[in-house]
Amino acid sequence: MSCMEKPRSFQEIILRLQTYWAQKGCAVMQPYDMEVGAGTFHPATTLRSLGSRPWAVAYVQPSRRPTDGRYGENPNRLQHYYQYQVLIKPSPPNLQDLYLGSLEAIGIDMAMHDIRFVEDDWESPTLGAWGLGWEVWCDGMEVSQFTYFQQVGGHDCHPVSGELTYGLERLAMYVLGVDHVMEMPFNDPDATIALKYGDAFRQTEEEYSRFNFDTANTDILLRQFEEAEAECQRILAAENIDPKTGKRIIMAHPAYDQCIKASHMFNLLDARGVISVTERQGYIGRVRALAKLCADAFVQTEAGGFEVGQYA
Amino acid sequence: MPDLLLELFSEEIPARMQAKAAEDLKSLVTNSLVEAGLTYASAASFATPRRLCLVVDGLSANSPTTTEERKGPRVDAPEAAIEGFLRGAGVSRDALETREDKKGEIYVARITQEGRDAADIIAELVPSVIRNFPWPKSMRWGAGSLRWVRPLHSILCLLTDEAGARVVPFEVDDIVAGDKTRGHRFMGPDVFAIRSFEDYEAKLKRAHVILRADERADAIWHEASQMAFAAGLELVEDRGLLAEVAGLVEWPVVLMGEIGTDFLNLPPAVLQTSMKEHQKFFSVKNPKTGRIERFVTVANRITADEGATILAGNQKVLSARLSDAKFFWENDLRVAKSDITQWTQSLENVTFQAKLGSQAARIARIAELAAELAPIVGADADQARQAAKIAKADLSSEMVYEFPELQGLMGRYYAAEAGYAPEIAAVAQEHYQPLGPSDDVPSAPLSVAVALADKIDTLTGFWAIDEKPTGSKDPYALRRAALGVIRLILDNGVRLNLSAPFVSRVAAFGADAPEAAAADLLSFFHDRLKVHLRDQGIRHDVIDACLSMAGNDDLDLVVARARAVQAVLSTEDGENLILGYRRANNILTQAEAKDGVEYRFGADMKFAETDEERALFTALAAARDAANPALAAEDFAAAMAALAALRGPIDGFFEKVQVNADSEIVRRNRLNLLHEIVETCGKVADLSRIEG
Repeated sequence: MSCMEKPRSFQEIILRLQTYWAQKGCAVMQPYDMEVGAGTFHPATTLRSLGSRPWAVAYVQPSRRPTDGRYGENPNRLQHYYQYQVLIKPSPPNLQDLYLGSLEAIGIDMAMHDIRFVEDDWESPTLGAWGLGWEVWCDGMEVSQFTYFQQVGGHDCHPVSGELTYGLERLAMYVLGVDHVMEMPFNDPDATIALKYGDAFRQTEEEYSRFNFDTANTDILLRQFEEAEAECQRILAAENIDPKTGKRIIMAHPAYDQCIKASHMFNLLDARGVISVTERQGYIGRVRALAKLCADAFVQTEAGGFEVGQYA
Repeated sequence: MPDLLLELFSEEIPARMQAKAAEDLKSLVTNSLVEAGLTYASAASFATPRRLCLVVDGLSANSPTTTEERKGPRVDAPEAAIEGFLRGAGVSRDALETREDKKGEIYVARITQEGRDAADIIAELVPSVIRNFPWPKSMRWGAGSLRWVRPLHSILCLLTDEAGARVVPFEVDDIVAGDKTRGHRFMGPDVFAIRSFEDYEAKLKRAHVILRADERADAIWHEASQMAFAAGLELVEDRGLLAEVAGLVEWPVVLMGEIGTDFLNLPPAVLQTSMKEHQKFFSVKNPKTGRIERFVTVANRITADEGATILAGNQKVLSARLSDAKFFWENDLRVAKSDITQWTQSLENVTFQAKLGSQAARIARIAELAAELAPIVGADADQARQAAKIAKADLSSEMVYEFPELQGLMGRYYAAEAGYAPEIAAVAQEHYQPLGPSDDVPSAPLSVAVALADKIDTLTGFWAIDEKPTGSKDPYALRRAALGVIRLILDNGVRLNLSAPFVSRVAAFGADAPEAAAADLLSFFHDRLKVHLRDQGIRHDVIDACLSMAGNDDLDLVVARARAVQAVLSTEDGENLILGYRRANNILTQAEAKDGVEYRFGADMKFAETDEERALFTALAAARDAANPALAAEDFAAAMAALAALRGPIDGFFEKVQVNADSEIVRRNRLNLLHEIVETCGKVADLSRIEG
């Protein structure tokens, strides 16, 4: 694939990744329709990494990290950015080779670059999840995170999922040779209406930076955090048998939406600087407790590997 | 005599774990081989990022056949007993022999353990070593249940002798041992077969893998030094980084690059830390100016452009990193120059420990204690207070937030830039010292005052809230803090009675029983002191003897005593003095126990009957006259010398004089005299604690 032409835009890199992983048998999913801090939060990763059923997905996930906002001025930092996420369960024995193939697909020539797998164990205290793996370096730059999930939501992963996360902006800037993210071509630079990343996102970065740091109403955020927490618990406290249909319907996903919501509210509160160091741990623990409840519920569902007739 | 070759090929093993894993593989396999009755001539193990390898030379081809004789029950024992014996011994009835024993005629079983082929033994033990391997962290992958540091892909296991090589047949979770491996991930990915260790190492090298970590490290060091030298520069030595980098590559290719001129004015420590921590780059400095001007990175492959693309990429990443560092440095300088104390103020929002309040509150306490301690260590109290107040200011700086390991050093830079005198700025760095048993101990009085105050505040705080180290758990490094205080005191000859500040500080934290907590803390110090002095060759019983004396919270005094006592005890006079002391003490204690009285009324020379007795009276008086002023002057060597002079008179006394005289008056007088021996000899240290 080294003869392949270099991509010329941000979107071409995304399209090539989509095509590559589709060819390798992944279901190409769409982004989750909620505010999340990372692609891992998508239920297609968090929940589907649990249970025994095989799973293979790839998707782009817009991600928000309110504290990273820099009003669009920093060449590398954004409060809203894109992650490309691949999850395959069970992790195939050739996952490293598959991954390297994806780098070739986006124009990184293995014969000219120095690719390294450097120890980096992944842990998400809010999801109660951890795994072992590496950060992948290309010529000294971290281009992906490569993780074998060991535990999610407090549950051991059996079988183990292999997870790949690409920070799309950083990777694309490297491949395209761009120094400032806002200068990166978004679509074909020869298109009639050629757009740069900044055309799409400079203004939003400014707006959200102001909102995240100074304007978001902390009382409302706090209330929403608590409402989401209560709602998550309430949903999961419902009877497994739906009284209307008489079916066994455990609402793991709706409950997990509330967990995602609480997590994002916490991130916003953090960016507003109203959470002290000691309180921080408390909030993280509360989100983790929700994630654990959702994981407990999910493994009781069919998608979570629960066999019909398994329950009395 | 066959040789064993074992290779465990996996995905990338963390660099920091490789050396120990290779050692573990060697000891676990060779121990198991020996346990199974095999012998071997030598063994060596190796690690690369993707493989652990073990070679065992001169292995015995099989384990010896052994015969064991086991005695059984009498021939007329109940049938059940005989059956049980047969089962336990695993032999049949007709194989039993009988023999006349002191119990009568008994059965004897001869149990023969047939020797086993080395291959069979290896096929059994290697899977067990793999399954129980002591990785610091291990994982599962795919649908399997095997644990390894990262997914294990293949196992090569060969026994080689004159007849050739054969695979040792076994499998571990569907991985079947074979004779094949592969080379470098990119430059030698093809699979190839191996016949022997020599063949293995040579073929690996052809496939761009250097098996030996030290060979990779040497190549990196040599190449990098040469490159630096050729440019008129000097590579900054960093053994830890060298070992790590050698664990990240199978085929090291050294590349040297420029640091952008924009960044050359950053403090060298900032450049070095940023490059090392984030990029694993070596620093290259200009020996004339001491500035770091270039970096060395180590790639894992050869490229057609001789690394130009790789180097350009690394340079770009470094520029981004250093732009951050420069941004932090410049922002920090702005704050430091305008008012560095605002950093200390903002530490009000940083919790030191939930029950011990904020960092700012802690700094205020340290400043007061430092001012209190200042006169004792020869520093100015106001200066000590001032230095303590800015010593931790850098904890609020952006640079230290990014690189916590630069705390203190940055503080020193910033304080100097803020216009503080060099000795005050130095406190920011030096008050953390000594960080470990081999770290330097500060000697500048201001630094000593703040360093002591910092550590005493921490220790008294944690004692006040009853969060003491237990067993291996010492999350706040309190043992290190106590050792730090001990070394600061001893190295600088600081005369400080610790009890008073311990009690007042613990009380100030609101502890319920401050005296008890302070006493407990002092005994913690005494334990650390014993460990510290034992490493310096001072006997633990000598320290115990000195710790039993008054003033044991003045550690400098305790150690001065201990050194004087140990010096005398190692002479012949000293050894005999102890014997005499012990004899006097034993007789006295027994007599006091028997008579139910204490003989402490003072002996009177007029009841002395022998010359030896009178000589002892005179000698004791002389010893006291010499020892008392010496003790008052804390000249323990002189005091011990005075006591050592008693050795002759005491020996003479015990040789000629019977303590238990017929006359009760004489006997009591002599017992009182013994008490005077014990009392006088105990002036420097409690000699009853000296072990014989």
